Amino acid sequence: MSSSSTSIMDNLFQRSLEDLIKGFRLQLLGESNFISRALEEIRREIKVTDLSTKSTALHKLSYLAALHGVDMSWAAFHAVEVVSSPRFQHKRIGYEAITQSFHEQTSVLLLITNQVRKDLNSANEYEVSLALECLSRIGTHDLARDLTPEVFTLLGSSKAFVKKKAIGVVLRVFEKYPDAVKVCFKRLVENLESSDPQILSAVVGVFCELATRDPGSCLPLAPELYKVLVDSRNNWVLIKVLKIFAKLASVEPRLGKKVAEPICEHMRRTVAKSLVFECVRTVVSSLSDHEAAVKLAVAKIREFLVEDDPNLKYLGLNALSIVAPKHLWAVLENKEAVVKALSDEDPNVKLEALHLLMSMVNEDNVSEISRILMNYALKSDPFFCNEIIFSVLSACSRNAYEIIVDFDWYVSLLGEMARIPHCQRGEEIEHQLIDIGMRVRDARPQLVRVSWALLIDPALLGNLFLHPILSAAAWISGEYVEFCKNPYETVEVLLQPRTGLLPPSIRAVYIHSAFKVLIFCLRSYFSAEESTLSFSAQEFSSASSSMNAFTYESILNLVNVIELGLVPLSGTHDVEVQERTKNVLGFIGMIKQDLAEKLNLQDSETEVFRVTAFMEDVFSEELGPVSATAQDKVCVPGGLELKENLGDLEEICGEFLKPVDSVSYTDKISFSVSKLRIRDQQEASSSSSPPHEASSLLAEHRKRHGMYYLPSQKDDPDSNGTPNDYPLANELANEISPDPFNPKKKPNQSKQRPVVVKLEEGDESRNPPQAKSNIETVNDDESLSRAIQSALLVKNKGKEKDKSETNPNSGQQEKEESSRIEDHQNSEKKKKKKKKKNGERSSKHKSRGRNEVASASEQVIIPDYLL
Amino acid sequence: MGIRFILMVNKQGQTRLAQYYEWLTLEERRALEGEIVRKCLARNDQQCSFVEHRNYKIVYRRYASLFFMVGVDDDENELAILEFIHLLVETMDKHFGNVCELDIMFHLEKAHFMLEEMVMNGCIVETSKANILSSIQLMDKAH
Repeated sequence: MSSSSTSIMDNLFQRSLEDLIKGFRLQLLGESNFISRALEEIRREIKVTDLSTKSTALHKLSYLAALHGVDMSWAAFHAVEVVSSPRFQHKRIGYEAITQSFHEQTSVLLLITNQVRKDLNSANEYEVSLALECLSRIGTHDLARDLTPEVFTLLGSSKAFVKKKAIGVVLRVFEKYPDAVKVCFKRLVENLESSDPQILSAVVGVFCELATRDPGSCLPLAPELYKVLVDSRNNWVLIKVLKIFAKLASVEPRLGKKVAEPICEHMRRTVAKSLVFECVRTVVSSLSDHEAAVKLAVAKIREFLVEDDPNLKYLGLNALSIVAPKHLWAVLENKEAVVKALSDEDPNVKLEALHLLMSMVNEDNVSEISRILMNYALKSDPFFCNEIIFSVLSACSRNAYEIIVDFDWYVSLLGEMARIPHCQRGEEIEHQLIDIGMRVRDARPQLVRVSWALLIDPALLGNLFLHPILSAAAWISGEYVEFCKNPYETVEVLLQPRTGLLPPSIRAVYIHSAFKVLIFCLRSYFSAEESTLSFSAQEFSSASSSMNAFTYESILNLVNVIELGLVPLSGTHDVEVQERTKNVLGFIGMIKQDLAEKLNLQDSETEVFRVTAFMEDVFSEELGPVSATAQDKVCVPGGLELKENLGDLEEICGEFLKPVDSVSYTDKISFSVSKLRIRDQQEASSSSSPPHEASSLLAEHRKRHGMYYLPSQKDDPDSNGTPNDYPLANELANEISPDPFNPKKKPNQSKQRPVVVKLEEGDESRNPPQAKSNIETVNDDESLSRAIQSALLVKNKGKEKDKSETNPNSGQQEKEESSRIEDHQNSEKKKKKKKKKNGERSSKHKSRGRNEVASASEQVIIPDYLL
Repeated sequence: MGIRFILMVNKQGQTRLAQYYEWLTLEERRALEGEIVRKCLARNDQQCSFVEHRNYKIVYRRYASLFFMVGVDDDENELAILEFIHLLVETMDKHFGNVCELDIMFHLEKAHFMLEEMVMNGCIVETSKANILSSIQLMDKAH
């Protein structure tokens, strides 16, 4: 506790763990100081040869490592030393340290194998249990392999205490060393019939894990497990058995029929809520085809839902969400409880309720549910509010807006969402607005209207999360300007000084949209002028007739407004904004003269006319949704080498690609490139420059490997016009034709659902990334399940033989079985034990032989008993 | 795997016991403990005892000043785990006599031993208080 140097007392007497803890507690500040001093002590003490001192030091170290995050891997060897002590106290400390800190990479792992083996064979059951516990936590492939015989012995131990733990360890051993299955499986299965509840519990636990990994391989054990299900009164065991059956029933549906009744019986009789819940979960996940069972389960869920206990409510909602996909009626029955849960205190409960509501949503009730949810969103905290918005957005946009019939309503809903104070889902809303614009032609007028409302709302400009929405609104206003009520106002809004609050990328969109509007206005004006002549421009007359007439003055005014708005921006720092501004100003520059002079504008030869027509052409191409697989459809131009490896480059650029030690590397490259340029220019301009040695080498180089060099700025005879090998973007868009329309005509609806463009493939561009499957564990699982299957095969075959053979032959069969196991055993003593056990086993087998009649074939199928 | 880890943490966020059934490095453990403790401490008594964290669930319950937190796989029965926690507390109570945080601090190995009796390889293997206590008592007597 004091910070002074160590006193004599400290040197003579080692501090025990208790002292350490006490000292720690008295420490108010300087925790890390205390820890480092303690560590110093420990380091000194642990090197001592006296095992007692060593083990106390190790004990302290384990404590520090467990609770204060101190690294103890350096003490691995000392742990091994401590474990070898004959005293139980020391052993325990040693094992604890090992269990806590050893892992696959620990180098001294090999050293403990013998010690563990000795302890596993010890007469003292507590030493055995220490060793077993250690093996179960840190068992590696090698350890498992080396210690399988010992584990096998212990599985047959007479002491229940030891047996139980051995069973527990088996799982780890199997996992790390699948061959152990052949040895130990029989004994494991035998224990299923044990009357000792401890053993049974352990065995069932192991099978629960095995069934999770590979249900198919545990299927043959169904009869035994069924007995446990029916007979057992221990809730823990029952829960585990239920889990096993849940997995098995999903693999073998006939099993479901058999177990449905006992499960329902349990549901009715038991008082324990945990068991009820497990039954319910089993029924709704794996037995969802059995109506009676499902009905009972839903009734139980209802009971959970109305309880006050938040745990039960949460679990009830959870179970309901599992049952929802197949049995929607269950959810609808409990609709009020679900809606009530939306306003619960517990955020978990609220989320579950939200997911449930979304599962109920369909074409008819989508507006009603959205209305309810929007109200909740306004009242909730930011997190939940955004959850609501997100789930509504994703439910409605699923499968290209499958459930939306009235797009006008949906678009205005999107606008409404933008106005919710806590909304942070700007990007998703932006994406959907634009997406709908591209796919649903009929919704465009409404989109433009909603965009207008968004654009003129000053409050939105300051909200960072909503900027993406404004970007979408601006884009829509520009792209579908033909539906605009008043293009002049649109331009004013797009160029108002307030837009300075927006980030440059969005401002760029605003400016570009203003450009599109300008083109549209000009074009309408010209075509209006034209139509006064005999030529009628059908496509524009309908639009322009409903708008303000485009007069010369208004056009002039428009151009001036735009110019005024944009000139200040032409010096801005942002590249994108500056470029767009210059584009527009350049265009205006081109037409201004002609406009001002009010030349004969009907003359199609005028600059302004031509230029406007050209730009209008550019913007008139309709943009549609692009499939995610579009890139694959681009044919690779011939002669393009993509798969060749670049090993050849070594030859060419070897001298340039030296290791990056010095800066000269980059100098060299740039030097050579610039030299190249100089060289080219020299070549092009004059041919009389005396070549330096370096440049002549370069020329040599270039001649040999010309195709790897970039074309120079001048006309390069080598260039084969690569830019033209790729088809133009416009051509691509035409290739990807939209799906033939499938108009959904609902007979009794006043409004038809508008046409939604859907692409054949690659439509869902927002797929979540696939969960990466860990290849290693898959391989492990496979080998484990194969081992189990073969073990069961052996078991069945053995029983088969028993049935067909008579007694005199059983001796021979015994020898066969023992020889099979002999492969794995080394000691004679064990061989004798095996023979005796086999004798016992074969008699057992005979009594059960009846049941195994059906398993004559190679495949492992359920015996008749169950069918 | 069933149970992934068991933690006992007090209200100030200090870990009193940490038992892991899968290998995690020191940094991972610290980070994990920090995150989970924050999540659980932020909840009040009216909220349910289950918290989702990454790909597993945490079942927790507060007894006096100590939080008992068990990290389990997604398919584990939460109510059963709550009962397990209660069983653990009752067992410790019986052994130490009115167990409190200090008991666990000073007799960490006893607590570990109790846990080892009850959980093996992440599966619950022993649920009878009598059995657990008798084996602990026997072990103490023998040494």
